[in-house]
Amino acid sequence: MMELSNSPSAQAMLSNGIVVSLLALGGLAARAVLRNELWRAAFARVLGLRRWSIVVLSLYVAVALLDSVVWVGGSMQSEDQVASFEARSVIDRLFVDTTEKGYSAPMARVEFYDKSPLLHPQRHLLGTNILGQDVLYVTLKGARVALLIGGLTSLITIPLALFFGMTAGYFGRRWDDLVFFVMSTLASMPGILLLIVLIMVLGKSTVSVCVALGVTSWVGFCRLSRGETLKLREMDYVSAARSLGVSHGKILLRHILPNLMHLVIITFVLLFSGLVLAEATLAWLGIGVDGSWGQMIAVAKDELSRDPVVWWNIVPAGAALFGLLLSVNLIGDALRDVLDPRTWGSQD
Amino acid sequence: MLAYLVRRSAYGLFVVLGVIFFLFVLFFTVASPDDIARQAVGPKAMPEVIQQWKVNHGYHLPVWPGAGHLSDNLLVDHVQRMIAMDFGKSDADGVVIWERIRQGMWPSFFLTLPMFVIGMVASILTSLFVAFFRETYLDRWVVALSVLAMSIPTLLYIIFGQFIVGTLLRWFPVSGFDADPAVILRFLTLPVLIGVVSGLGSSVRFFRTVFLEEIHRDYVRTARAKGASEMRVMFYHVLRNSLVPILTQVVMEIPFLFTGSLLLEAGFGIPGLGAATFEAISANDFSTLRAMVFLGSLMFIVGQVLTDIGYTLVDPRIRLDA
Repeated sequence: MMELSNSPSAQAMLSNGIVVSLLALGGLAARAVLRNELWRAAFARVLGLRRWSIVVLSLYVAVALLDSVVWVGGSMQSEDQVASFEARSVIDRLFVDTTEKGYSAPMARVEFYDKSPLLHPQRHLLGTNILGQDVLYVTLKGARVALLIGGLTSLITIPLALFFGMTAGYFGRRWDDLVFFVMSTLASMPGILLLIVLIMVLGKSTVSVCVALGVTSWVGFCRLSRGETLKLREMDYVSAARSLGVSHGKILLRHILPNLMHLVIITFVLLFSGLVLAEATLAWLGIGVDGSWGQMIAVAKDELSRDPVVWWNIVPAGAALFGLLLSVNLIGDALRDVLDPRTWGSQD
Repeated sequence: MLAYLVRRSAYGLFVVLGVIFFLFVLFFTVASPDDIARQAVGPKAMPEVIQQWKVNHGYHLPVWPGAGHLSDNLLVDHVQRMIAMDFGKSDADGVVIWERIRQGMWPSFFLTLPMFVIGMVASILTSLFVAFFRETYLDRWVVALSVLAMSIPTLLYIIFGQFIVGTLLRWFPVSGFDADPAVILRFLTLPVLIGVVSGLGSSVRFFRTVFLEEIHRDYVRTARAKGASEMRVMFYHVLRNSLVPILTQVVMEIPFLFTGSLLLEAGFGIPGLGAATFEAISANDFSTLRAMVFLGSLMFIVGQVLTDIGYTLVDPRIRLDA
């Protein structure tokens, strides 16, 4: 995605374009939810159940958005003037001129090893890493990467899985056999190994990580939507529509898709946390995405065996990852309890 | 019964063929032999060097069958080799891959088997216990704890486990392996423990839902009504009727056994199959990766066929003629 163009202003346009389209998509979704009585009631319940998780998740989203609003130029007194010609986000601009020469502890006045005075004493809330970058800055930058991995991949994966699952379940016969066979073939390969192989084959890059995650994650939801469509296909209202001469496309869109929407939302949330977790694992194996928390952890893992311990690299990255996954998992749980009729009665 | 067995196994074989073909598409067309050769000998290598590398490692044949090379191409060669389980030599260092598998098998086995068994027993017992105390504070706390545990990536378990138990407390070595029975426990206890703990959260939650679904059934009420103790209800009636989802979950975990060991082996320096895969990633060793994926898929497919047959033994309600 990012390799398409290297000029700073094109990068800025692309990044801002993603922000605008995501905001528009969110707005449309919110409008659709508010218009429907049942959806509104369900989301009000989730909001009541998981107020704090939603606040935390919104913080992550806000940081990622602040890191995505990008423009070129701007006055600064940096010693390397190159930066003023680069596309930089709001977060980048907040941390102008904070680089040190190497490690320093949180809020330290001197460097960690040679004890020479820092360029910016007591300014690094979480210290600096081996390259002298402010750890708070690097951690905040990770939010955008995590949301891109989880969000964009599931935004691409879910419609595809839904399409194949719905058509396979609805039309059946040969097409169903084919889709089911492809699903069982993909599902029989151990997930992480398939991921590794796909990334190795496509070349180690951010795009291939997203493609590989997409290829491996569509099967589960495809199977789920196929099963549900098989059930819905036999419903009275579907046969009524068919006998009235409604076309297949319209039946799928008007009568089957709305009844799968709760599964789409639940899957989106659970898939999101699964993708972020998978990326962390890949980063640890050395084939992750640049700038992700997984990579920060992978790079920082040996620092724990230093003496004295360098803990301020791994702890913020781990805590940020944990906070995101926890809030997403909690929201996903609440959504499942509220939206999925199969769990009613047995849960809460 | 026999007809079902034959049909189920035939489908399994079909899926194996699908996996073989998929691997071919990935390893010979998405990454062409030229790409693989260039990654091995360097991007600026002379064409002759690349050609020589391809001949040495068996990538020189034409990819697809065509006029003049109907049986003399990579597709036929790949399918024949995979069916014969002949994985050839490693692309990186020329070691026979079966030799590597034979060496790595036992460390992997010693690591994953106890992890799997202890993890299974622990999560089933915990979730039965929680289902027994359903809708109390204990239940809520365990559910909240398992969501917490699920949100921690496995690599953090490994890193902090090593740091706390290995570096701070110095109870066990941080990493390493020795197959000598006298010391093997010293090396395996920590990885097994971390493997069990990191998987506990999600499986406790899953089994709890399974048990709670059963607890609301009529036969449980009948069992209570006729005076069965709560212990007997849980361990005899509920557990037995939950065996089908449990069995499904057990098989679903077989490939994760492989992946779990990938992370743990790489983290703890245990020279098993997972560590071999880890080394293959950094060495761009495509033939070893191919062999590992094929073996993993084969294990999973055989496991699935066995489960489906197992269903008919565990649950007499499942009909074979459907």
